[in-house]
Amino acid sequence: MLQVSIDPAKVPQELSQKTPGYWASVGRRFLRDKVAVGAALVVLGLVLLALIGQWLAPADPYASSMLSRLKPLGTPGHPLGTDELGRDMLSRLLTGARLSLFMGITPVLCAFVIGSCLGILAGYAGGAINSTIMRTIDVFYAFPSVLLAIALSGALGAGIFNALLSLTIVFVPPIARVAESVTTQVRGRDFVEAARASGAGAFTIVRVHVLGNVLGPIFVYATSLIAVSMILASGLSFLGLGVKPPEPEWGLMLNTLRTAIYTQPWIAALPGVMIFITSISFNMLSDGLRSAMDVKQ
Amino acid sequence: MNTAVASPAASSTAATPLLRVRNLVKHFPLKGKRVDGKPAVVRAVDDIDFDVLEGETLGVVGESGCGKSTTARLLMHLINPDAGEIVFDGKVVGSRELSLREFRRQVQMVFQDSYASLNPRLTVAESIAFGPMVHGESRDTAERRARDLLERVGLSPARFAERYPHELSGGQRQRVNIARALALQPRLLILDEATSALDKSVEAQVLNLLVDLKADFGLTYLFISHDLHVVRYLSDRVMVMYLGEVAELAPSQALFETPHHPYARALLASMPTLDPDRRTEQAPLAGDPPNPVNPPSGCRFHTRCVFAEPLCSQRAASLAPATARSREGADPLHVVACHMMQAGSGHSQTGLSQTAPSGAATEQVSA
Repeated sequence: MLQVSIDPAKVPQELSQKTPGYWASVGRRFLRDKVAVGAALVVLGLVLLALIGQWLAPADPYASSMLSRLKPLGTPGHPLGTDELGRDMLSRLLTGARLSLFMGITPVLCAFVIGSCLGILAGYAGGAINSTIMRTIDVFYAFPSVLLAIALSGALGAGIFNALLSLTIVFVPPIARVAESVTTQVRGRDFVEAARASGAGAFTIVRVHVLGNVLGPIFVYATSLIAVSMILASGLSFLGLGVKPPEPEWGLMLNTLRTAIYTQPWIAALPGVMIFITSISFNMLSDGLRSAMDVKQ
Repeated sequence: MNTAVASPAASSTAATPLLRVRNLVKHFPLKGKRVDGKPAVVRAVDDIDFDVLEGETLGVVGESGCGKSTTARLLMHLINPDAGEIVFDGKVVGSRELSLREFRRQVQMVFQDSYASLNPRLTVAESIAFGPMVHGESRDTAERRARDLLERVGLSPARFAERYPHELSGGQRQRVNIARALALQPRLLILDEATSALDKSVEAQVLNLLVDLKADFGLTYLFISHDLHVVRYLSDRVMVMYLGEVAELAPSQALFETPHHPYARALLASMPTLDPDRRTEQAPLAGDPPNPVNPPSGCRFHTRCVFAEPLCSQRAASLAPATARSREGADPLHVVACHMMQAGSGHSQTGLSQTAPSGAATEQVSA
């Protein structure tokens, strides 16, 4: 017979090192997902571009020249050609990253805060409060999101702030609905009951036990909306409801260059390519986050 | 506290009950109305009375859906009772003398699902320390108590304090839940199927832990289970519930030796036995419990009871000592809600001897 003796004083030494928390393990799984890491790097690059793009620009993005309009790709001095007013495309794309990303992220961020508050309140309170909040929010579902954004922007008037406001209003309902459904699930779990049984108030329970379990899923959903927000913001700019010319913003550039689609299709497509890259990276990033978080907790 | 080891019969006459429950009612309304126009309600708990004595373990048994867990949740006010009075240590819960918050500090609960009852985002120590911190203790004090309690429930704090629930086995998690419940230094612990989901060997360890903790901390247990062997092992008194009502309430030994209520007999007959010569040949009870939405009139058990008479469907029997079973005075601690057991109720079986009725159920039990 094999005799195994274990000195109890020694065993815990090895095992007592702090095990990684939930977020650490999410990070580890995320790093193993090559597509998601790639998308994260692209997003990081875009954010960097938004911060320093205007200093990278080789030329003044506002300087127009009637002599060099719609030059093709690879023109000396203008590697990405020029637009319909002869402005350097590369400079405008680099400078435009800031405004485009701002228009994509800000409304989602605001809607994340507002929608989470509403949804968690509705989900945790339940009953009449839930019905009041959720039915009000359902009203917004009656309109397609593009139409709603256009209608709100149109009613509020053109301008960046109004565009942001209308996009925020568009994104609050879906985020609130996701927040409500995950909160309702968490609320029914026994550990929330146990917290109530230990005499904790609703605010403490939400802070300690609900937030940690619901913010992750809501955040993942919100990142997937950034792409939608960028496209909607571009759409608003395209319709003249968001950013005004001559500001460089990808959506607006796509709009003003559409007349050149037959003469210089590559130039006209460039802002669209940027929007596409941005939105698809955000989508893949949120997919990666979702699968990294969607493992047995 | 020292009455914990005394016999329940001796302590019950002297001590005032730690917990007194009177006329507790919970009806869950259902959506829509019944055919006759009355709103449909599930009578989950329908007017029950019982006491829990200081230092005892009161077992609660019954089929699924009989209202055991609802009773536990009503006691903790996790769901609000429709009616009834809960008196803890002589003070009405929710009154100025004893706020709900203070009551919840003195009464804690352990749930069946050891995993769902721990927050997956908190470490074991954080989960245990949460209760004391809610009641105003500093983080340091609370965490120190959490580590002490981990030690008490048999988990090394050095190994387990910083772990997350998913890294623990079911038995370890349930130990953490017990530590969490004890962190507020309660006097009464409600154990709602606390060991039912565990492996038999682990369950035995946790049950022994519960016995030790009860002696060490001077606790009182309300032990809810569908496992009669476990209830018999742990309980001083046992309450049998059927369809939201109390069918029988008796000292453990008396109930397991001479169950009075036909339902209690059938329930005990359903206990698996290890003796191959006494195997259960015939199902002690046929069918499922009736729908609690529209419970039977009179005695709720009459639809499944072999002794049912017209009287049983007309009038419900109240919980009272079995006066029809003993000439020299019934045991006042052994109460049963059955017409057969109450002299002068009008049931034809009153006054018969204990073993008179035939049937597999009674033979099993009286043996």
